[in-house]
Amino acid sequence: MIRIIAPVSPNFATLNTYMIRKYWWKLLSFVLLLYTCVYGFYVKVPKLDDRLQESIRNFFFHVPMWFGMMILLLVSVIYAIRYLRNPTIKNDAYSSAFANSGIVFGVLGLITGSFWANYQWGSPWSGDPKQNGAAIAILIYMAYFVLRGSMNDDEKKARIGAVYNIFAFFMLFPTLWILPRLTESLHPGGEGSEGNPGINGKDMDIHMRTVFYPAVIGWTLLGVWISTLKIRYILLAEQKMSNE
Amino acid sequence: MNKISLFFIGFYLLICTSTIKAQSLPEQDIMRSNGKIFVVMGVVVIILIGLFTYVNSIDRKITRLEKENLQK
Repeated sequence: MIRIIAPVSPNFATLNTYMIRKYWWKLLSFVLLLYTCVYGFYVKVPKLDDRLQESIRNFFFHVPMWFGMMILLLVSVIYAIRYLRNPTIKNDAYSSAFANSGIVFGVLGLITGSFWANYQWGSPWSGDPKQNGAAIAILIYMAYFVLRGSMNDDEKKARIGAVYNIFAFFMLFPTLWILPRLTESLHPGGEGSEGNPGINGKDMDIHMRTVFYPAVIGWTLLGVWISTLKIRYILLAEQKMSNE
Repeated sequence: MNKISLFFIGFYLLICTSTIKAQSLPEQDIMRSNGKIFVVMGVVVIILIGLFTYVNSIDRKITRLEKENLQK
């Protein structure tokens, strides 16, 4: 009886080091993305009022960038908090590496977004509230890297970086989720369009969902893989430094 | 010659032979249907395979370094 009540504390550190070297989820990412890139071109898409035409398929590539970015930045802020509770090099490496690849995804989302917008809305940057919000969010995270890069003391860098990371993460929500929905937006979900895609996931066509969700998982896993490579690199470099 | 480059050469030859075949029968070729959208699909898939091969090779290199580090 006592054993059942006794708190089970999963050791995340061992789980992580174990998972990093496993291959199945890396293969899963490849399979899901191959599926996305093949079936994403085949799948029947809704015609709507025919303004989007075939470019609606960008949903499988542009939108998962933002989903991936948010998941990676969420992991980053979790490790920032973990670092503040337990300051180890490992926690800091996780936090910074995930923030790094999250921002790569964000920048890719911004570029693909303006590329799409050029043909959809008439210009690559129309000052749409969501475009501006995304740009602001990315700039706030850029400051995170500037802040980290400006300090030589590793402990100070990690601690101030972790505190700033928490601030940056909580700026992400207003800039991407709240502010663009309060005014008129060219993106779905702004004032004047029907429903909120953040809450009502049923708006998407059923055929498109069969590609969209695997795409989100696949792209996110790719981001996680690249992050783990960065983490392993940082930890190796750290080990080498301490050996010398 | 390792397996991966052999795979890519095989893949490329496969595409080449399919285009040679297509030139004799231009109308019935899948690559030329629907406004040649499947050409784009092919390009995307090739990029994807290349990208994953590259990330995988980096992963292997880091794994090797880690093993060397453990032996020290």
